Amino acid sequence: MSVTKPLPHDSARLHVTGAARYVDDLPVPAGTLHLAFGMSGVAHGRIVAMELDAVRAAPGVVAVLTAADLPFANDVSPVAHDEPLLAADAVQYLGQPLFLVVAETHLAARKAARLGRAEIAADPPLLEIDAALAADSRFESGPITWQKGDTARALASADRVIEGSIAFGGQEHFYLEGQAALALPAEDGMVIHSSTQHPTEIQHKVAEALGLPMNAVQVVMRRMGGGFGGKESQGNALAVACAVAARATGKPCKMRYDRDDDMMITGKRHDGRIDYRVALDGTGRITGVDFRQLMRCGWAQDLSLAVADRAMLHADNAYDIPAMRIENHRLKTNTQSATAFRGFGGPQGMLGIERVMDHVAHATGRDPVELRRAQFYPEMGSQSPGITPYGMPVEDFILGALVDRLSDSADYAGRRKAVADWNAAHRTLKKGLALTPVKFGISFTLTHLNQAGALVHVYQDGSIHLNHGGTEMGQGLHRKVAQVAAAAFGVEPDRVRITATDTGKVPNTSATAASSGADLNGMAVKAACDTIRDRIAELLAQEHQSEPRRVHFAGGKVFVGDAEISFAEAVDRAWRARVSLSATGFYATPKITWDRLKGQGRPFYYFAYGAALTEVAVDTLTGENRILAAHILHDCGQSLNPALDIGQIEGGYVQGAGWLTTEELVWDDTGRLRTHAPSTYKIPACSDRPRVFEVALWDGENREETIYRSKAVGEPPFMLGISAFLALSDACAACGPNYPALDAPATPERVLAAIRRARGEAE
Amino acid sequence: MDVTFLLNGERVELRGVDPTTTALDWLRERRGLTGTKEGCNEGDCGACTVMLRDEGGVRAVNACILFLPQLHGKALRTVEGIAAPDGALHPVQQAMVDHHGSQCGFCTPGFVVSMAVAREQGRRDHDDVLAGNLCRCTGYAPIVKAAEAAAEAPAPGWVVDALPEGCGPAPVAPDSADALAAWYLDNPDATLIAGATDVGLWVTKQLRALPKVAFLHACADLQRIDRQGDRLRIGAGVTVARLRADLAESHPAFAELLRRFASEQVRAAATIGGNIANGSPIGDAPPALIAMGATLHLRRGDERREMPLEDFFLDYGRQDRRPGEFVEAVTIPAAAPNLTCHKLSKRFDQDISAVCGCFDIAVAEGAVIAARVAFGGMAGVPKRAAAVEAALVGAPFTEDGIAPALAAFDRDFTPLTDMRASAAYRLAAARAMLVRTLRARAGETVNLLEIGP
Repeated sequence: MSVTKPLPHDSARLHVTGAARYVDDLPVPAGTLHLAFGMSGVAHGRIVAMELDAVRAAPGVVAVLTAADLPFANDVSPVAHDEPLLAADAVQYLGQPLFLVVAETHLAARKAARLGRAEIAADPPLLEIDAALAADSRFESGPITWQKGDTARALASADRVIEGSIAFGGQEHFYLEGQAALALPAEDGMVIHSSTQHPTEIQHKVAEALGLPMNAVQVVMRRMGGGFGGKESQGNALAVACAVAARATGKPCKMRYDRDDDMMITGKRHDGRIDYRVALDGTGRITGVDFRQLMRCGWAQDLSLAVADRAMLHADNAYDIPAMRIENHRLKTNTQSATAFRGFGGPQGMLGIERVMDHVAHATGRDPVELRRAQFYPEMGSQSPGITPYGMPVEDFILGALVDRLSDSADYAGRRKAVADWNAAHRTLKKGLALTPVKFGISFTLTHLNQAGALVHVYQDGSIHLNHGGTEMGQGLHRKVAQVAAAAFGVEPDRVRITATDTGKVPNTSATAASSGADLNGMAVKAACDTIRDRIAELLAQEHQSEPRRVHFAGGKVFVGDAEISFAEAVDRAWRARVSLSATGFYATPKITWDRLKGQGRPFYYFAYGAALTEVAVDTLTGENRILAAHILHDCGQSLNPALDIGQIEGGYVQGAGWLTTEELVWDDTGRLRTHAPSTYKIPACSDRPRVFEVALWDGENREETIYRSKAVGEPPFMLGISAFLALSDACAACGPNYPALDAPATPERVLAAIRRARGEAE
Repeated sequence: MDVTFLLNGERVELRGVDPTTTALDWLRERRGLTGTKEGCNEGDCGACTVMLRDEGGVRAVNACILFLPQLHGKALRTVEGIAAPDGALHPVQQAMVDHHGSQCGFCTPGFVVSMAVAREQGRRDHDDVLAGNLCRCTGYAPIVKAAEAAAEAPAPGWVVDALPEGCGPAPVAPDSADALAAWYLDNPDATLIAGATDVGLWVTKQLRALPKVAFLHACADLQRIDRQGDRLRIGAGVTVARLRADLAESHPAFAELLRRFASEQVRAAATIGGNIANGSPIGDAPPALIAMGATLHLRRGDERREMPLEDFFLDYGRQDRRPGEFVEAVTIPAAAPNLTCHKLSKRFDQDISAVCGCFDIAVAEGAVIAARVAFGGMAGVPKRAAAVEAALVGAPFTEDGIAPALAAFDRDFTPLTDMRASAAYRLAAARAMLVRTLRARAGETVNLLEIGP
């Protein structure tokens, strides 16, 4: 069967030959215009005046639009209607679009945009989380707090209380393809090509901006050059800008951000800080944890509430802690609006509890893996499953067995001793080790998003045309879904043609996000294929005086009783018999219910699991550091495509490690992002990957009835990178008696500071 | 101006091109060759990597900071020209498919071209070859597997172009130092462009117009490395890649520093003269050159002068270079056995130094008899550490012996805090580099890059 095969990405040959087209590669009609935003140079204030004459007079400029020129909704927000395309009055961050240049070329638009002068009455910007907290500048009326058990009592009656905090940085998506959109005016509407994870939202926002119903806007998306959450809502501005400019000029309009503009304008991962207090009983067992999560959301709400919720939902990670209190603050600041990024708050929440485990192990002198293992939720099959802080039973927990297997295969005990021996013999370079688990909840926490649609046509020659609501950003979703379709019809996947995601074919789609792409769309496609297959089976059963259930599709053939015919012949017969060979499919995730304000319910259909062991080395003179080895065991259920899944795991790990090590966003005290290009913002490079990099898949299947019992894989492996961070903490701890309290990202400077803390030296 | 070159094997003759049109924009917007991608437009991501062949051989360069006149007389191949004319995949392409080396695919053309060039060159140092190609999806493991697999396959002949003939002289490109000197004397307001790895960004990022330019790549006599007694004279037009290769035996510490200088693509284009002349306080070659006691050779018309390199850097953004005067060469000792170089950055490869410290310390009978110490990233210019040097000379070369030198750093440097590092950390790291030099000399394991799990 085609599922479970390690087939290459469906576009692999197009990728390597340069033939794969992205939005900016599409041939455009003659006369297509190009756009660029003029951006605010101050972080907070009110627009007094804008001098745009020089912009209008610049070579190649066709039009310059301000908020006053927008005919309908001036809003590109995904949820809260708080994000104007162009600032009308208030300026909320440095880099905010103020006006839109429409010009004959991309370069002309960029050059002209720099000629605008905005007079802005500046107000002091709120930049840092502590300042926002002090000013009570936040989204929602106050912090959200969830409580399991009695944390106050656990702390009051504890044998020992450990306190600390960890600051963590944000993260730029650095999709290699920057944001891009193209609007083509149609007779009575607009066709949009957008590099987006969420075509339906682009359709929705463009329709609002043009004063049109959604049926007048068609959004087409063949592939993105990376998304990682950064194209869930951040593409709205470009698509809407193109649409309004196309409406104003009657010409096709294209916009792509130059990389620096992309990094100055768009949102990133939420940075912040987590404060913790931990109660230990006399045996060293954790009886309670009190978390305060501070998350910097930036100037607009965007998806921050759901991101912050997911940070809370992963504050427990793998650990059954009797009492937990989680208080989460969604702080509003004059910085880029933080947005979705792989893991969607989960990594931040998980980093908090993994830091707690590391700190407790250090404080109690226990082996950190043994400590974690002792606090795990009960394994799957237990009579009394653990209950999360949000009231969901953890019924599929496998980390006990998974961590045991990884510990054995990667020789945790032997490495622990080898690292200790190395550290005893070397003063300049110290090594560190950490093994950390991941338990990640799968489903959109906004329950209604857990739905998907598909459209499948079988043509009379037996070729199959497939469409679904998911978008391809590199994860190989189309390959997996095509494998599902091929399996349903018993044909080879190359008989299945995958087409661009298109709001005209499958409507009302959810974003390809929350790791849900294959789970949701795979099931919808299977439903559509099964419908067509059943129709063919019914016809053939009639013709052969058999029963539909005795008709089998396999190996490119259809078997009816003793007879066999080719799939193409079966299709041809069905067509001649006037049987419909086109069907839609639909899927809605079962079993989930969620009350986010109370923090109670079953937000997740299931959990995906994994664990990583990372070994690192640090230079105690400068704090420079590198990953020496990573060993990963990850749970994809019954993998739909092991090659693609391993690719997600390797890439997720390196991206997660990058978040916590080299990737540092720096704003100055005026609110200007100083790291807005790859020259200053450093994602992992080739030599940063672990030299020893072993990745294996767990061999179990999903206990829930997902598509061929597989599990989602997009986000969970990202958090395996936490092991790299805590291995660095371990290496720092080898330098002195104190807990190093390493903050993230662990740049050389922060590592050196942690080494000094470990040694008890003044900072 | 007119430019003639081969594009994927076909002769292209362009008339009246703007000399600062980038190859990337021309390929994508004029030729419709959209396989070459724009990822950053500043030479830091490698998505626009193209294969460029000239008399010196074949190399990978960034098309986003490559100007059309730099192509004159050369053969350019883009990702569209890497597969065989009949569509058969190049071994690196097939290996990328087989090893799942592409996910989103946007960086892939750049990787494919870098790997195809490396295959032509017989290179197997994949981490160095690919340091200038960023991938955000795969974590690089499958790409390196593909590179290793392709290195075993025979190199196909179809990417080997004969250079175009009868192209005529390169436009606005003096063909000798003499010609350059005469032209620049007449045009002192012009911008000289060697590799364009810095000037390229003036155009693509600062959006500056450069009304008058001259390209230096045709000055063959500026591209020589000559032994002169116990010194090496390095022409300003020598690329960083060539310098690294030529000095690997004689100046191993400098060559290793140059291994981490920008990326393969940038080193293939950037010149040592450009790295000096642009006066960056964080350019990586000057601290090492100063520590070695380099002499800078400047020329204006027929007038030549020379100076210790450190004297060239007057202040931030200001060098001792008169209008119409250019860097002709730099001379260094023919060997530098006592040189150590320390480049500190957030990422090991393709990153700008927060601090770059270079030490040339001679020790006899346990005591320092001579010391030259220079730093980048610690001041507005690449700067010698005079107080540190003074404290070192005569002192025992031991942990106790260097204590006064460590204390002297404060007198030499008052660094800045910026996005790369804080002032305090820069000072601490600079001191640490001296300690590391001492420990390395004593045989202690101090190099993170040399240890494994």
